[in-house]
Amino acid sequence: MTLHATAPPAVRTRAERRARARRRLTPYAYVAPFFALFAAFGLFPLLYTAYVSLYRVELQTPGEMEWRGLDNYTALLGDEFFWTALRNTFTIGVISTVPQLLMALGLAHLLNYRLRARAFYRVAMLLPYATSVAAATLVFAQLFGRDFGLINWVLGLAGIHPVDWQSGTWSSQIAVSTIVIWRWTGYNTLIYLAGMQSVPAELYEAAAIDGASRRQQFLHVTLPGLRPTIVFTVVVSTIGATQLFGEPLLYEGKITGGISHQYQTLGLYMYEQGWGYFHLGRAAAIAWVMFSLIVLLVGVNAALARRRKLQEASR
Amino acid sequence: MTVARAARTGAVLLAGVLLLTACGSGSSGTSAGGTGKEPITLTVDLFGSFGYKQAGLYEKYEKLNPGITIKETDTEDEADYWKALQTRLAGGGGLADVQGIEVGRISSVVQRQSDKFEDLGAFGAKKLEKDFAEGKWSAATTADGRILGLGTDVGPEALCYRSDLLEKAGLPTDRDELAEKWSTWDGYLDLGRQYKKKAPKGSRWIDSVGSLYSIMTGQEEERYYDSSGELIHTSNPAVKKAWDTAVDAAEDGLSAELDQWSPEWNQAFSSGSFATIPCPSWMLSYIKGQVGEKGAGTWDVAKLPEGAGNWGGSYLSVPKGAKHPKEAFELVKWLTAEEQQAELFTEQGLFPSNLGAIDRVRKYEDPYFSRAPIGEIFGAAAEQAPVQVLGVHDGDIHQQFTNALSEVEKKGTPSMRAWDNAVKGVDNVLG
Repeated sequence: MTLHATAPPAVRTRAERRARARRRLTPYAYVAPFFALFAAFGLFPLLYTAYVSLYRVELQTPGEMEWRGLDNYTALLGDEFFWTALRNTFTIGVISTVPQLLMALGLAHLLNYRLRARAFYRVAMLLPYATSVAAATLVFAQLFGRDFGLINWVLGLAGIHPVDWQSGTWSSQIAVSTIVIWRWTGYNTLIYLAGMQSVPAELYEAAAIDGASRRQQFLHVTLPGLRPTIVFTVVVSTIGATQLFGEPLLYEGKITGGISHQYQTLGLYMYEQGWGYFHLGRAAAIAWVMFSLIVLLVGVNAALARRRKLQEASR
Repeated sequence: MTVARAARTGAVLLAGVLLLTACGSGSSGTSAGGTGKEPITLTVDLFGSFGYKQAGLYEKYEKLNPGITIKETDTEDEADYWKALQTRLAGGGGLADVQGIEVGRISSVVQRQSDKFEDLGAFGAKKLEKDFAEGKWSAATTADGRILGLGTDVGPEALCYRSDLLEKAGLPTDRDELAEKWSTWDGYLDLGRQYKKKAPKGSRWIDSVGSLYSIMTGQEEERYYDSSGELIHTSNPAVKKAWDTAVDAAEDGLSAELDQWSPEWNQAFSSGSFATIPCPSWMLSYIKGQVGEKGAGTWDVAKLPEGAGNWGGSYLSVPKGAKHPKEAFELVKWLTAEEQQAELFTEQGLFPSNLGAIDRVRKYEDPYFSRAPIGEIFGAAAEQAPVQVLGVHDGDIHQQFTNALSEVEKKGTPSMRAWDNAVKGVDNVLG
């Protein structure tokens, strides 16, 4: 575009044009800082990772890049550890997300009543979220200790044999999921609570007049009103579960995710390849597979939500 | 104008951001110091516990060399330290004047990254060769004779045992008698089976079969790589023998099934969950730290079955990109000299790689360990231990095997399957 007016007979003066241009362009200047930062720290790493994933690169000799094309990706297909990590990510994701969201929904419903010291409960809910992953995981690792852990001690009181919370596949995955559940339930509770408070009170009144019980009110007024909020938390939790990393890494402090890779997630597998064994190309390929997976999952989610909406609209 | 300004602002911002990200390209400042007149600060970056600060060696050096200030940073876990160091070496920035290198990593440095460290020979390190144990020296020297680090401690191995527990189980407690009985690994396991019959409740013979396996493979000249650098982990009979012995110990229930360095393992030192533990010299101060004064006299040290071995030890190196390479070398030279290494052994339990220091501590007995002649035991072990060939991925490969052995002892995985898992794990490491 040219800023210099070349056509003198124009009705508008140069100053007017400038003012117009300014009005039109100022917003872009304001959003530019974000996009500049995003380009540097978001987009560039993303694209560079894609580029690196096509090569064989070792962290110790980053200057020597050997072209591999899509070999890093095809190798993943035949890689047993990759599939284990994918399966673990899925199972830990389900064990951690489903109870988490259900509990959050229940808790939010309770907190929505008039309770004494309601503010206190709400703040308390958010405390685990404010705790660092490392601190929480280290404490839970102690609680889940095999010989001297509190949980096995309590189980022992109930006459149950001590569980090896580290070596077993299910036991270790449950332990890791517990940390996730503990940290994120409160956060989701508050989001649901905010959603519930935007449901108009008249709806409840009307339902009550029609003789709906508390439970029926919850099922037929609260839940439909919360649907957009639930979709949001499901999307956010899905992304979080796919990227799960800190908890399994710090649980035993092993990059292998247990002696048999039994709770190694995709994020941890990427870290093991990249920073444990220094295979940056393979790690980059895993990163892109994870990214595509998240895009796919979110896409499916959005499609389901939209279909549901359309169905309802046509009802 | 606004457009241009906005574009410029954007460009400046972007450039600023790029600059920030590009900060990795380090300042390989070659401040031409050397006279020691200008006050300088030397940075030392280490892992675990080298004990220099605790033994007051930095203060001493600062007093001897006015104008020099030493700042140490330390990462507890060596694996984390190594990752951070690799990232810095790749970026070229943030490196200290002196960097610690674990012995398991030294071959990776020598074979792959020799261009990233200063050749200490250029500062006159060649003269020092006769002062150091030969194996320690040669492992940090490249094929064309560049010296990439000076040796600090080594990890000659012995067996530590709880004499009070052995007595309760009716076994001999004298260190020479025991060394005779467990002169072979089979003898050691036999004694373990006897111990199991009369052992105090909840007490096993050894902490984990992984540590048994580690110590046995530490006795070999070749473990996972042969001297030409070829992988031999599946064909080396020594690896197989150590594996089979460890599996035997697991199947006979001799192991307390503890992960080394886990909280459970730490507590087990005082709770008595195991009666013996293979111990490199540095483990002695770890035991003292975990058990405390109340355990003095309950522990003892005896010779290892079937010869000597080595586990651990370190080097001090000067990376290219150090701000004061020459002064850094002087500090490294002083820290690894005879007197300082001898002091570190008596104070911190770190066994010297400096030959003069080894002679100095020969007579040392440790009152905590029932006055065991540890200077003699570890000195002999250090002399007899073979110079192990270490490969680039040695540490990671080793972990695949110890993980698989944990599967055998904790989950009852059949030996054959666990072995396959280990081999698959190694393939995954190599990528």
